[in-house]
Amino acid sequence: MADGTTDQGPVTMLATPISLDFEFTPGVAQSKFLRGLERGEFLGQRCGTCGQVYVPSRGTCPTDGVATTEDVVLGNSGTVTTYCVVNVPFAGQAIEIPYICAQILLDGANLSFMGLLQEIPTDQIRMGMRVEAVWVDEAELIPSLASVKYFRPNGEPDADYDTYKEYL
Amino acid sequence: MAERCAVIGVGQTHHKAKREDVSIAGLVREAAKMALADADLTWSDIDAVVIGKAPDMFEGNMMPEIYLAPALGAVGKPMFRVHTAGSVGGSTAIVAAHLISSGIHKRVLTVAYEKQSDSDAMWALSVPQPFAAPLLAGAGGYFAPHIRAYMRRSGAPDHIGRMVAVKDRKNAMRNPYAHLHLADIDMKMVEESMMLWDPLRYLEACPSSDGAAAMVLAAEDAVSGHYPPAWVHGMAMRSEPTMFAGRDQINPQAGRDCSADVYAQAGVTDPRAQFDCAEVYVPFSWYEPMWLENLGFCGQGDGWKLTEAGATAFDGDIPWNASGGVLSSNPIGASGMLRFLEVAMQVRGQAGEHQVDGAKLALGQAYGGGSQFFSMWVVGSAKP
Repeated sequence: MADGTTDQGPVTMLATPISLDFEFTPGVAQSKFLRGLERGEFLGQRCGTCGQVYVPSRGTCPTDGVATTEDVVLGNSGTVTTYCVVNVPFAGQAIEIPYICAQILLDGANLSFMGLLQEIPTDQIRMGMRVEAVWVDEAELIPSLASVKYFRPNGEPDADYDTYKEYL
Repeated sequence: MAERCAVIGVGQTHHKAKREDVSIAGLVREAAKMALADADLTWSDIDAVVIGKAPDMFEGNMMPEIYLAPALGAVGKPMFRVHTAGSVGGSTAIVAAHLISSGIHKRVLTVAYEKQSDSDAMWALSVPQPFAAPLLAGAGGYFAPHIRAYMRRSGAPDHIGRMVAVKDRKNAMRNPYAHLHLADIDMKMVEESMMLWDPLRYLEACPSSDGAAAMVLAAEDAVSGHYPPAWVHGMAMRSEPTMFAGRDQINPQAGRDCSADVYAQAGVTDPRAQFDCAEVYVPFSWYEPMWLENLGFCGQGDGWKLTEAGATAFDGDIPWNASGGVLSSNPIGASGMLRFLEVAMQVRGQAGEHQVDGAKLALGQAYGGGSQFFSMWVVGSAKP
């Protein structure tokens, strides 16, 4: 080898990026959820057997194994059941660190989901904090969770631990 | 179990951040050759091979069992691949043991591995999903909120996680195969390490390792080897959906059901008293107290008290992860099998400096995914 490459030792590893394009078909239940996001609302589904409300719904209740057919419009606010502050960089990261990754239980839902929490310093987040979704401008709403910019504190007093301890 | 099944050979690589001297094939072959030598057997004595690893996307080799068959002497023999995420090393050993207990084969080689230096697990676990928010940040980002929830539910003080981080790294000093040998580890060093996923610090998380584990399992009339066999007294797998209303992510039902099954098979009613030691999948420090409760070693909310009292330390009444555990070596696919293998080494009396004196009955546990896959076995020095 020439041109100053000789002093770098043998090549033992080579990174070869690859990519894969695919089309994703969300199915009936998730399509409903995504169309709800396009309207600026969270749409869940209630199980006709156990009465639990899932958001996003997969179209079936994992516990009862039955189709969920009743649509439920959920509130724009929810409770932070638990969270972590992400401070680790990695390839392909889309959000500037540190950021708060919170489990949010929307009002009226029985399953929390992961959401980005902003407009609060990372050392002031608490379990039980009441938060609300901040949406993109109406003209920019699309059938994707990208329509929800983030969640932020909604100013209500913290929820009592007993109200969400079953959702941890 | 119709036929008795025994572990008659074990092998593992020296786990390291980068094994640049071997390919994946070389890595698995190294562990397999050690296991065969320990069992005093050769490749031709093996009837079938069962192999496991974490998701193929990690290294980007799809169906690697096909490529690895020649390196494992499996050409022309039955070869079986197992997939159960991080618990896969345990599940793989169980699938192999079923081939013995069902009477199908006499001697089965089982192998598990990961070559994290060929992979980017952090990326593979954080791939953006269609239409979803790109929030996931590796396994730590997934588990840290559940750790916080455990701390809240149990009232555990902050220092418990650091205690586990120190204890397992001190244990690793006794294990020549462990990846991390941190001679100076102490509470302060852990506390001063970088906060990665608050409340989890760098030294409360497992390393990324290259490594492989292998075992030779045999039927009662095919036992051989340099050490007495470790007899399988019970084995079980359970899983549950990652998301359902009312799911207890801190103390998953699948884990409780799995341990109840394996204890019933082994006649264990008081795990803390009856087991001499345990190897349990603890990739993040707080999973020790959480699994102490899930596995019934104490009552709900009391796991951290056992850790704090030193019960799980090397000189405690129920040593957990005398090998240094996943916190000291994490070749992901192999990590579960290492738990199963290490307890076999303990009851065979071949664990060297990390041998728990007089170990006769021990529990190996592995979990994976979003705490939804569990595999466990109980091995003993006496026949079941």
